[in-house]
Amino acid sequence: MADAPQIPDETEVRARWGDFEWTPANAIKAKAYIARYPDGRQQSAVMALLDLAQRQVGAETHTQGWLPVPVIEYVAAELGMPFMRAYEVVTFYTMYNLAPVGRYHVQVCGTTPCMLRGSDDVLAACKNKGLIKGHTTPDGLFTLTEVECLGACANAPMVQINDDNYEDLDYDKTIAVLDALAAGEQPKIGPQIDRQTSCPEGGPTSLKEMVSENHDYRSAW
Amino acid sequence: MPKLTVDGVEIEVPAGATVLQACEMAGKEIPRFCYHERLSIAGNCRMCLVEVKPGPPKPQASCALPAAEGQEIRTDSLMVKKAREGVMEFLLINHPLDCPICDQGGECDLQDQSVAYGRGASRYDETKRAVTEKYMGPIVKTVMTRCIQCTRCVRFAEEVAGVPEIGAIYRGENMQITTYLEHAAKSELSGNVVDLCPVGALTAKPYAFEARPWELKKNFAIDVMDALGANIRLDSRGRQVLRALPRINDDVNEEWITDKTRHHVDGLVRRRLDKPYVRKDGKLVEATWADAFHAIAAVAATANGSVAAVAGDMLDCETMFAAKLLVQKLGGTMLEGRQTGLAYDVSSLAAVNFNTGIANIENADAILLINSNLRWEAPLINTRIRKAIKKGAKVFAVGPEFDLTYKVEWLGNDASLLGKLPDAVTEAFGKAERPAIIMGGGALAKDGAHGAALALAKSLNVVREGWNGFNVLHFAAARMGGLMLGYATDGGIKAVAAAKPKLLFALGADEVNYDLFSDSFKVFIGHHGDNGAHHADVILPGATYAEKAGTYVNLEGRVQRSEKAVFAPGDAREDWSILRALSDVLGATLPFDSFNAVRSEMAKAVPALGVEGLASYDWASPSLPTDATGEFASPIKDFYLTNAICRASPTMQRCSAELIQGEDFAEAAE
Amino acid sequence: MLADKDRIFTNLYGFQDWGLEGAQKRGDWDNTKDLMARGQDAIIEEIKASGLRGRGGAGFPTGMKWSFMPKESKDGRPSFLVINADESEPGSCKDREIIRHDPHKLVEGALIAGFAMRARAAYIYIRGEYIYEAKVLEGAVAQAYEKGFLGKNASGSGYDFDVFVHRGAGAYICGEETAMIESLEGKKGQPRLKPPFPAGAGLYGCPTTVNNVESIAVVPTILRRGAAWFSSFGRDGNKGTKLYQISGHVNKPCVVEEEMGISFKDLIDTHCGGIRGGWDNLLAVIPGGSSVPLVPAAQIVDAPMDFDGLKAVGSGLGTAAVIVMDKSTDIVRAISRLSYFYKHESCGQCTPCREGTGWMWRVMERLRTGEAELSEIDMLQELTKQVEGHTICALGDAAAWPIQGLIKHFRPEIERRINENHGPAPVMEAAE
Repeated sequence: MADAPQIPDETEVRARWGDFEWTPANAIKAKAYIARYPDGRQQSAVMALLDLAQRQVGAETHTQGWLPVPVIEYVAAELGMPFMRAYEVVTFYTMYNLAPVGRYHVQVCGTTPCMLRGSDDVLAACKNKGLIKGHTTPDGLFTLTEVECLGACANAPMVQINDDNYEDLDYDKTIAVLDALAAGEQPKIGPQIDRQTSCPEGGPTSLKEMVSENHDYRSAW
Repeated sequence: MPKLTVDGVEIEVPAGATVLQACEMAGKEIPRFCYHERLSIAGNCRMCLVEVKPGPPKPQASCALPAAEGQEIRTDSLMVKKAREGVMEFLLINHPLDCPICDQGGECDLQDQSVAYGRGASRYDETKRAVTEKYMGPIVKTVMTRCIQCTRCVRFAEEVAGVPEIGAIYRGENMQITTYLEHAAKSELSGNVVDLCPVGALTAKPYAFEARPWELKKNFAIDVMDALGANIRLDSRGRQVLRALPRINDDVNEEWITDKTRHHVDGLVRRRLDKPYVRKDGKLVEATWADAFHAIAAVAATANGSVAAVAGDMLDCETMFAAKLLVQKLGGTMLEGRQTGLAYDVSSLAAVNFNTGIANIENADAILLINSNLRWEAPLINTRIRKAIKKGAKVFAVGPEFDLTYKVEWLGNDASLLGKLPDAVTEAFGKAERPAIIMGGGALAKDGAHGAALALAKSLNVVREGWNGFNVLHFAAARMGGLMLGYATDGGIKAVAAAKPKLLFALGADEVNYDLFSDSFKVFIGHHGDNGAHHADVILPGATYAEKAGTYVNLEGRVQRSEKAVFAPGDAREDWSILRALSDVLGATLPFDSFNAVRSEMAKAVPALGVEGLASYDWASPSLPTDATGEFASPIKDFYLTNAICRASPTMQRCSAELIQGEDFAEAAE
Repeated sequence: MLADKDRIFTNLYGFQDWGLEGAQKRGDWDNTKDLMARGQDAIIEEIKASGLRGRGGAGFPTGMKWSFMPKESKDGRPSFLVINADESEPGSCKDREIIRHDPHKLVEGALIAGFAMRARAAYIYIRGEYIYEAKVLEGAVAQAYEKGFLGKNASGSGYDFDVFVHRGAGAYICGEETAMIESLEGKKGQPRLKPPFPAGAGLYGCPTTVNNVESIAVVPTILRRGAAWFSSFGRDGNKGTKLYQISGHVNKPCVVEEEMGISFKDLIDTHCGGIRGGWDNLLAVIPGGSSVPLVPAAQIVDAPMDFDGLKAVGSGLGTAAVIVMDKSTDIVRAISRLSYFYKHESCGQCTPCREGTGWMWRVMERLRTGEAELSEIDMLQELTKQVEGHTICALGDAAAWPIQGLIKHFRPEIERRINENHGPAPVMEAAE
């Protein structure tokens, strides 16, 4: 596994994160997640709780967040599941970070639909901004990962940075997004060209009434 | 009872059988890696593919497919042949070609099945995948590049051992089997994953590079590490036992053995007594057999019947029988096997037996444990209880708390609880159809506890038509045999000591507090330089269970016979022959000249010992005092060091240090 | 072109409010109680009559799937509806539009479908990367609860029904229904062996139906407008309207709802501004998401975009994710990149997929550069056959089909690269 994350030293991680516990707000959220599942099936909430924990770690470290071992164990213990089972879950799903990441986790989609529309240019832009796949920039700002299809193929190529999608990119627009983030600005989320979501560029070919008003088509049924 | 055809032959199979089982019943071999009779079905190796009609036009995994009426199954079609070749090829593309240095070589499913079902050559030209080794503890050596991800070990750890510390992390071709964070698997049963592993990914660490399977002589033996009587096979080369493996016996150990049973064998050749010794001027010095015998004879001449014998925990019945005869011929009567001072009533052997039976305890639906750390006292009964729980049993326990690997309702640690169980327990037992009490051997140490437990057996109605739910769980392999031979004196070993026997035969007895016998002349007949030998006045070097044939009775009263695997080292001899030779010198000649003669004499004296299988003890509940108070104590301090053999075993010492004492042995990366 | 009045997802592009108020103005949650009052069997019959086939790729008739669910619980086990919003098939991005712009169609559909199959609750499994979409969906569910549309006596129907959102965390395989159930139970998303099928023992061992988002979201409209209306679109066995997602080398990639069976040419010319560089520049199309074989230009242009029409050209409708490739495409790389995707997304559970996807990708990469032997093309073809049909779930098949399609249609291109890489064949001199 050449691109396997370098999992940090367990002793150090335990020293740093051994006393992890929910913030009061997250404790309430965790309870709400667990309540979505039948009694005795609380293990179902493991994915939600791991995500919540990763976000809390992210908030504490001012990054996207990751899952130190004691945090995984904290979640597993809350759900009464063996640590190993929780650890398996963490390693199976790609959205859990096994190692620390930067402030912005730049996830470039490289799958065929994005590739056809220029994800190579997006990756080239990242590279020229000093981002290296699987690494965090020395300033701790960006971690670059090439990910698989993120389900925005009609707006390809795209990148997901932390929680936000930037779509319809090219080389220059990617540079612009990264520059804005580096400068502490919030770039426009979504399509980077003049376009409404996945509507054809230049305006809809159908449902044109909807552009200006919440049209009710039932009268025509 | 569905009827179906396998390769054109019609057979009828039991309802609920799988297609794989149906094929086997039809005499067809179905190759497999992930499927194992005693584990849940994973269906992931895809080696057992067969053609089934009706069904989709593709091969089906026979291990997971229910057999159904009218199925036409083919195991010999071109589709099946190609499917097997394909799977085999995939399994081998990332498997290293290191069979010459692999300990699994010669007993490897992957080797065998690739010869039988593979294509003979690989078309894989890419770089092979390498996987770093994972630390799994002192018992299991890993070479994870060899792993074929069958997940048998994962399923064993979770389902049988109850220690879900092994898992498969990452996914796709990066999936890796590992223990949690590569820490040692904390299980008494971890060695079984070595047997389960169909390739050389998990091998026995203490046995690494020791031998090839075809070099080994195989003898069937009975394990003496605890009172379960696990059926084992001792593999030896020359004079040395190199490994112990389980034999299948569904009534006893199924297919498993504990790590102690598996890996105490390196203790068989260490700290051995291989010469007679006689104490001179306070020091033990080497002696000849004749000198040693004469030293004993000098004492025996003046003993006037003040002779006693104490039997150790690993003793075979024949030795105990021979010693008993000798003591009697010398005019003595005192025999005791309960070395640590237990003095429970033995007027009814049924009242101290595991009456439900090892296999049958799986069927219990309510269980009360009384001071019994099953995980250490009888790990393979613990796995049975786990099965009972899966079937819905409730388990309550009185005694110090342990992690028994399943959900237990701990009631507290005071013996007085036996007299006033919480309503939840009586309620559960009231509803139960097959309730059981399991009284740990350690609980018998508490005054009144035995009586209290028997009273509970009555009040909770655990002994009923067709079901005896009263169980005492011993942990000495010699215990039930010893009790059948009369190795129990009223008042226990304290009473023996109080009688101040002039001559004491200590038969492999290493757990006795010999300070009690400071005035006795102690003759130690045993095999290891342990506690018994230290206190002896004369040492006669005997044989371990591996070096003599013998009869053992396990905790449920099952009479089993063990074969001799190797010869005892040096001047050491089989115990019965030592006693026989000594009897001549003492002028009390024993009436046998061969081992078979000992055995038949013993069968004459105690007929039950002459028949293999369960001895039957008629149920009788003696009336005993029932008021027990105070805290129970755990009788076993260290699972890995419970007897002289394992105390001499480097592997067991290492296990103790790492798994019990918590020393850090994690291996540094190279 | 489908008339706007016959489009189900009228807020597809999100020009208007996704919230309850906006949705109600567009006709959602309009007397849901009455729809439910028709009775469970009547609803199932109506859906059967509409000809709706599952929109998640396999195209199994939705009404029939529901009818497999137990009519009453004999052993006290509840039933569950699981809605598959784990949209991860490369090329697919339709459920995303439903969820972020018209979520109430889905939530209302969940209630009605769940009611029809006598489920106790619905879990909507949304892929983890749809972060904004999950927020919208949770918002929509909360709005529905607030109005009493969900929960006890949902929508005043007398039926208690809950809808929960469950977020994934990045695993394509969780789109497979039994892997999704495993994941919902808090485990790794590894597909289960079948049988037992989910309708017998699914989530928590209870009877479960797994449906795609689009299949569920169209249900309220079908019931409101009638099966006859829905089945008036499309050809026999391929009824209704459908969200098409066009990506790749068209002038204006988009998501659009159209009539089933619309020809490829119509679809592209009407909504996507044509092929980049003109129709002559079209090389090939993957018409149904990455798992289906590609179709060369000549065969696709007039093909009806429905289940049978695409089957006829050796491919499939899948999720109607249309990936268009013009002549500038490195076609071997395009497919090799898909092979990488499947290698990356294989769960690792069963041998042929775990080992085969990686092997296939590595060979594909060498075919891309030409660093291979001609004989390896046939070997690769054999490998795909060795994976296909030998695995626990369909991911193995999905990994095999694109390669098979490539070899079938573009073998000369692969051979050209190999020959070029090897240079001109050496002149063999006869031995004397």
